[in-house]
Amino acid sequence: MKLLRLRDTDRPRLALTLDGKPIEALDGDTLLTALLAADAVFLRRSEFGDGPRAGFCLMGACQDCWVEVEGTGRVRACVTLAVDGMKVRRG
Amino acid sequence: MKIAVVGAGPAGVRAVEVLVAAGHRPIWIDEAPDGGGRIYQRPPAALRRNARELYGFESTKAAALHGCLDRLKPLVDWRPETLVWHIHPGRKTLYMLNGGMQATAAYDAVLLCTGAMDRVIPLQGWTQPGVTTLGAAQIAVKAQGCAIGHRVALVGTGPLLWLVAHQYAKAGAQVAVVIDTTSLASLAAAAPGLLRDSITFAKGLYYMGSVKARGIPTVHGAIPLAIEHDETAVTGVRFRDARGREQRVACDAVGMGWGLKPESQLADLAGIPFDFDPLQHNWLPERDATGRTPVASHYLAGDGASIGGAAVAELAGARAAWAILQDAGRAIDTAAVRRLDRALARQRKIRAALERAFPFPVRLAADLADDIILCRCEGLRAGELRAAAVSDLNRTKALTRTGMGRCQGRICGVAASEVLAAAVNQETATLGRLRGQPPVKPMPVTSLPAREHAA
Ligand SMILES: Cc1cc2nc3c(=O)[nH]c(=O)nc-3n(C[C@H](O)[C@H](O)[C@H](O)COP(=O)(O)OP(=O)(O)OC[C@H]3O[C@@H](n4cnc5c(N)ncnc54)[C@H](O)[C@@H]3O)c2cc1C
Ligand code: FES
Repeated sequence: MKLLRLRDTDRPRLALTLDGKPIEALDGDTLLTALLAADAVFLRRSEFGDGPRAGFCLMGACQDCWVEVEGTGRVRACVTLAVDGMKVRRG
Repeated sequence: MKIAVVGAGPAGVRAVEVLVAAGHRPIWIDEAPDGGGRIYQRPPAALRRNARELYGFESTKAAALHGCLDRLKPLVDWRPETLVWHIHPGRKTLYMLNGGMQATAAYDAVLLCTGAMDRVIPLQGWTQPGVTTLGAAQIAVKAQGCAIGHRVALVGTGPLLWLVAHQYAKAGAQVAVVIDTTSLASLAAAAPGLLRDSITFAKGLYYMGSVKARGIPTVHGAIPLAIEHDETAVTGVRFRDARGREQRVACDAVGMGWGLKPESQLADLAGIPFDFDPLQHNWLPERDATGRTPVASHYLAGDGASIGGAAVAELAGARAAWAILQDAGRAIDTAAVRRLDRALARQRKIRAALERAFPFPVRLAADLADDIILCRCEGLRAGELRAAAVSDLNRTKALTRTGMGRCQGRICGVAASEVLAAAVNQETATLGRLRGQPPVKPMPVTSLPAREHAA
């Protein structure tokens, strides 16, 4: 899944990592936006072996966008704002 | 008197406005970083733009609501980014979580304005990255300035389907196709009722017309068959059109939704009984036209009580606030209350017409193929539910884990009911509904002391 940025791309840049690889985000991005507008493609793998997942509701309800943030623990990527330096692992 | 209001969407804002004007200082809680609710959700500060661009036709209302919200914040005990994860009606206590910290709030009266979420029907391929709800597709554009893909198919029915299609096209996103499961005949049949509110009707027609005028392919009365995908992306959507021909449209993302359902877990935990509303095809907490419920001191307003849209939410929020004041023996402005009651009665008729125009396609849910994932939290397929079906949704849940996962059945609950109803050959309404459980949303493990949890 690849989000397409339509506007407001002149915001300050933030540097994150996903599973150790650099991800460039924009100030005001949620983690979900930051990762899926970059090339993350997915956020976690289903525990039941039915493949990758990348969130569904974007409003904090479905819990399908869980990722791990170093120092914070498990968060919902869709309602967590990206912060410069965040180290994220797939959930 | 301690009054608590949960939710700062249109309903919550107008309720708090009345309470503050009457000299109260309620505690006002919302899980989101700011108020506004769903329709008037505010983007993060770095993405703020003018209301006209963000909210279109509703920009004047959005600006008015946000102005009211900002004026009220310093006059109340405002608690943004705070989840109410449990409510105890006997102890009249709210259990809250903010930034990993727990807190409680005692109240004499509470108003729940918890809003709604998309009502979804699983499709083959719907758990793939690239598939979201319609609401999510809108949130991506409105709050994040992104489309969910480069070529987006929108599938479902209801006003939100056409609104999102219009918003996408206007924002410069490519809409591959709009697939409406409602036939044009059903829409036409409901038109006379909708004409009662020519503005709602005109807006609806405008969105549909705007989508068609841009040359976006649209299909009415279609049956979606599958979302196709490869290892990394969605590749297309397959459907059967109204004439029975199978078609495929290439796309790399799909937004889907069939109307809304109330976010009513707190009302459930408050002990408010629920009824199945056949017109809306939703389980709704019992309340009267004033927002009073069978549980004294517990009030409901907005889409969390019954799907009515933003205009109704504003009216219902204000109305419920007056009910709280009246029940506390305070003087009320009877002229204002009469105006609200009249406006709400008028809106109910419009809403009924809208529900008839875009009915929930029961068969689509009931006929889900056995191998389609029904409950995405538990990876459970429709056939597994059928195999274990008994004439009670909660017993079937215990047997299969349907709706037991991290979303508490918010996503799969509606479809699970239909699959079960068809499997045991009974009416949906007789099978019960998935019950809310504390915490209403999963909490970080570190923030959950066992004593509080057991409370
Ligand atoms: C994703 C989405 C998009 C929508 N877009 C439109 C649109 O563009 N146009 C339109 O007319 N209608 C839209 N709707 C319909 C919308 O529900 C109503 O128009 C309107 O927002 C309802 O107002 P409300 O005050 O009842 O609830 P909402 O506006 O939904 O507000 C409810 C608030 O309660 C908070 N809340 C809920 N549970 C808790 C809890 N346990 N603890 C703390 N806070 C809580 C939420 O964070 C939210 O801010 C949309 C609905 C959804 C779900
Ligand atoms: S996408 Fe549903 S909770 Fe984040």
